[in-house]
Amino acid sequence: MMFNGKGSFGDFDTIAAISTPYGTGGVGIVRISGPGAFGTAARIFKGRRDIKEIKSHTVSHGKIVDPADDRIIDDVLLTKMDGPHTFTGEDVIEINCHGGIVVLKNVLSLVLRQGVRAAGPGEFTRRAFINGRMDLAQAEAVIDLINAKTDEGSRAAAAQLEGRLSERIASARKSLIQLIARIEAVVEYPEHDIEDITGDIVYEGVLKIRDELQEISEGFERGRLLREGITAAIIGKPNAGKSSLLNVLAGSSRAIVTDIPGTTRDIIEEYINIKGIPVRFLDTAGIRQTQDPVESIGVERARGAALSADLVIIVLDGQTGLLPEDLDIIRETAEKKRIVLINKTDVADEERVQTMKKRLRESGDPPVVVTSMVEGTGVDELAETIERLFVSGDIGLNNEVIITNVRHKQLIDEAISSLEEAEAAHTGGLPLDFATIDIKQSAEFLGQITGESVTEEVVNEIFSQFCIGK
Amino acid sequence: MEYSAGNVDIAVVGAGHAGCEAALAAARLGMKTLLFSMNLDSIANMPCNPNIGGTGKGHLVREIDALGGEMAKCADKTLIQSKTLNSAKGPAVYSLRAQVDRRWYQAEMKNTLECQDNLFIKQAEVVEIITGDSCRVTGVKTHTGAVYSCKAVILTTGTYLKGKIHVGDISYSGGPDGLFPADRLSDSLREKGIELLRFKTGTPARLNGRSIDLSKLTEQPGDEVIVPFSFENHVIEREQISCWLTYTNSTTHEIIRSNLHRSPLYGGMIEGIGPRYCPSVEDKIVRFADKEHHQVFVEPMGLGTQEVYLQGMSSSLPEDVQTEMIRSLPGLENAHIMRSGYAIEYDCIDPIQLKLSLESKKIPGLFSAGQINGSSGYEEAAAQGLIAGINAVNMIRGREPLILDRSQAYIGVLIDDLVTKGTSEPYRIMTSRSEYRLLLRQDNADLRLTPKGYEAGLISEERYKRFLDKKDKIEEEIERLRNTYLPPSEEVNALLTSLGSTNIRSGISIAELLRRPEITYRALEAVDVDRPGHLRRDDRRKYDPVAEQVEISVKYEGYIKRQMIQVEQYRKMERKHIPENIDYSAIHGLRLEARQKLAKQRPVSVGQASRISGVSPADISVLLIYLSSRPECADD
Ligand SMILES: Nc1nc2c(ncn2[C@@H]2O[C@H](COP(=O)(O)OP(=O)(O)OP(=O)(O)O)[C@@H](O)[C@H]2O)c(=O)[nH]1
Ligand SMILES: [Mg+2]
Repeated sequence: MMFNGKGSFGDFDTIAAISTPYGTGGVGIVRISGPGAFGTAARIFKGRRDIKEIKSHTVSHGKIVDPADDRIIDDVLLTKMDGPHTFTGEDVIEINCHGGIVVLKNVLSLVLRQGVRAAGPGEFTRRAFINGRMDLAQAEAVIDLINAKTDEGSRAAAAQLEGRLSERIASARKSLIQLIARIEAVVEYPEHDIEDITGDIVYEGVLKIRDELQEISEGFERGRLLREGITAAIIGKPNAGKSSLLNVLAGSSRAIVTDIPGTTRDIIEEYINIKGIPVRFLDTAGIRQTQDPVESIGVERARGAALSADLVIIVLDGQTGLLPEDLDIIRETAEKKRIVLINKTDVADEERVQTMKKRLRESGDPPVVVTSMVEGTGVDELAETIERLFVSGDIGLNNEVIITNVRHKQLIDEAISSLEEAEAAHTGGLPLDFATIDIKQSAEFLGQITGESVTEEVVNEIFSQFCIGK
Repeated sequence: MEYSAGNVDIAVVGAGHAGCEAALAAARLGMKTLLFSMNLDSIANMPCNPNIGGTGKGHLVREIDALGGEMAKCADKTLIQSKTLNSAKGPAVYSLRAQVDRRWYQAEMKNTLECQDNLFIKQAEVVEIITGDSCRVTGVKTHTGAVYSCKAVILTTGTYLKGKIHVGDISYSGGPDGLFPADRLSDSLREKGIELLRFKTGTPARLNGRSIDLSKLTEQPGDEVIVPFSFENHVIEREQISCWLTYTNSTTHEIIRSNLHRSPLYGGMIEGIGPRYCPSVEDKIVRFADKEHHQVFVEPMGLGTQEVYLQGMSSSLPEDVQTEMIRSLPGLENAHIMRSGYAIEYDCIDPIQLKLSLESKKIPGLFSAGQINGSSGYEEAAAQGLIAGINAVNMIRGREPLILDRSQAYIGVLIDDLVTKGTSEPYRIMTSRSEYRLLLRQDNADLRLTPKGYEAGLISEERYKRFLDKKDKIEEEIERLRNTYLPPSEEVNALLTSLGSTNIRSGISIAELLRRPEITYRALEAVDVDRPGHLRRDDRRKYDPVAEQVEISVKYEGYIKRQMIQVEQYRKMERKHIPENIDYSAIHGLRLEARQKLAKQRPVSVGQASRISGVSPADISVLLIYLSSRPECADD
């Protein structure tokens, strides 16, 4: 079950929350839902018309004003929606602000000061679910949508919301039910002259459906990346150009850059959207032996960051060639996903760069990108390499079913392993009925995503597909 | 004129398969029981096919036996052909089925009833249920005005209520097999506020077997070894008779098609809903138009008669069409029809008005079982009859009802399906209706249910002892197989090779070896030197229940364990009780349909609620959230 059952469901109060992903640009929505939504809006919204007069499901332009001191907080678009034809099934107000996160927060706290309660995570969705506005898979997709950190993330969640996942699962499940019905028809009516179903036919069917589910399941890794993002630690010896890389990626002078080795002491982080994947880049202190106590703490932290990151970007100085320190770092990170940058190629000797490449191929052959932070070259290739490393396959994002929900992933994986059991039952020479048990179990797992049970459907399928009975 | 005819504890109305079990159970449990039948010569009649058992149904018969019912024993005495179906498809779906001599079966059952202490049999039509304070049942009245006071009534009226027979465009009011219908009882129930459904079923023609040219049919003999239904019987040696198989053909289909307009089903004369698993031949031809042949089985009705039953040709077409289509079958060109096929419509109780104990929610003391509850089939009827009988007694004695859940018995599946989901057609049990069928095997019905039967009081001390002894033997043997290792000796490997199995290189337990699909318990006998004498067999034909049990338990242990884990999950929801006084209108978030259904059916647990049609998983979440916010609703 998806909810743990905390909280009262006697009378629904009015709740509000920021309903768009944090940190993804300036526009965001403050959403208010419940019986007090319109009253609250009336107190804080100054538009051409009073809230009462605004038609349902229309957008009005106006200002959010704090009634306590008549201070204008933001210029907004307000949408009024009468229940029950809303997302939650209740009266809903949506305030589109565009003043960034701080303004969003200010609008929200103003709303809360009007006696509205801050919604818990997923509470809107829970209400929608309880009010019968969406099924389980949809409800969960929306919760993901709320949590999504980047545009790709929200698109994946949105696609799921539209039921693509449900659709593909339903179709896999339907195939399973048909397979079961074929077996069951023979089992229930052993003396009828319906075509006997052999273990091999069942086996074939099972394999096909398993592959289909496997494909859906693989969409999860991608979905997780889209939702949670990855952490990339930039490491390398001092002065290699790590902070410069961060600044180029961020498009601003996020980190201090000097030609003094050991400039960066502490970790500096920045979220950057790389081809739809939210990447948290960590700029770290250059790794070297040092007597400086502050710097040596920084070096420790750099090592730690590299250790726990999903991706390590090793920056080499193309001018100096491959030094023993560099090789140490490359050796230490052999187990990680990593990309090696040969930097400063604008000033580096071409032949030296080639030698470095050659030696890198001999030292674990990590992906290498040649860059110049001064000229900004190689950054696109870096982005592509990151994408390639984390998003295998080249299926277009929009055509793919992406599971972003852990529960769904688990259920699909369980459905797959049940089918694997069915395969094992067949290859192990067990009677057909055992495979049936596994196939049913598999369909049952999928049904937990869409909320259906198997037995009744199988019986219906038997009688619609086969002419049996006395 | 009305007169007081006396006092009994329990009145059972109708002596079909449900009524017989109910009456026997009640009387055996010490209740003064009165069993009514409109015609004593139709006690335990089989107005449809002359066989007992089949997929799922055979399971029910064994469960009835384990609980102390009669059907299995009576069938064992009177069977004339026995078969184990699905023997290659896995132990969960092995099913016993027997052709029985119909008249013999009736005579045996009637005699059993007559010999039962506390049981009185009366030929009469019950026309009214009498109720007293708070709707509680106080008695029944017969068509002759006799009023019998009683503490509980069990209705087992089969298809008699407002029975209406259709043969083509002819229809008349009547019960099955040429008997009278019971019209007034139906009205009495309606007056008491019980909602009735109208169902329909049908039966094919009976022929004189002498008019069939069997040389054109395929013989369907019984199995070599007769496996008894009853756990009390071990060996049945009896000569068996065969059934015969023929097929419909394009001529048959043409005859039917050109006469469809004369079928009451297609002509709209029948309003009742018929079962999908028992389609009339006209139904099959319409719905599966591209199928060129349909099977027709010729089944003997008994030893002392030439009459045969024509399975597969159930029809309500007019007599002349029936004759023409039957004579179009190979071998049946000169068939003489003794009884025509017909469709019968009847009233039954909408079973969602029942508790899981089979007592009416509305009228305390009123129980019902069998076709009146919307089921079909002799076995389904008998199973409910037995439970209704036991629970009527439990009710009178103030004891908890016997309720078997879906993980314990097909009887549990049957009753839960009827009572919780209701049914839109006559309900037939099927193994695919069970979620845990590997656990609900026909071979282990006694292990599952004998203790329940003993607790209910229907299993004698003696039988219970024998049961415990069997159980011990099974457990001991399983233990022994787990702990007995076979060496990689030449003898063992030679045996393995001969069985098409791979050789062993080090010692291996017999249990481990038995898990190989190609190896049977029997086959290992030669190398299993410590096997106890009672499990050694010189006569391989004989069926040994202990060996069978041991073999299945060991061989499929992994799967059995997995189903047991699923059962644990299921039970969790069954244990979440819903308080009787719950007010569904106070639970926000329930969809209207769910709210209405829940308020009407008042399920006892969240598990049961989840199976009510129209209650979605979302509603169940809401219900769970609501219940968890009420401290008094903690799991128990
Ligand atoms: N010509 C050239 N100079 C570069 C390039 N990248 C960085 N530099 C210069 O190299 C020097 C060091 O750059 P930083 O980005 O601070 O190096 P860092 O790796 O962060 O150094 P620490 O923080 O000291 O570890 C600065 O003077 C940069 O301007 C490049 O691609 N080409
Ligand atoms: Mg730096």
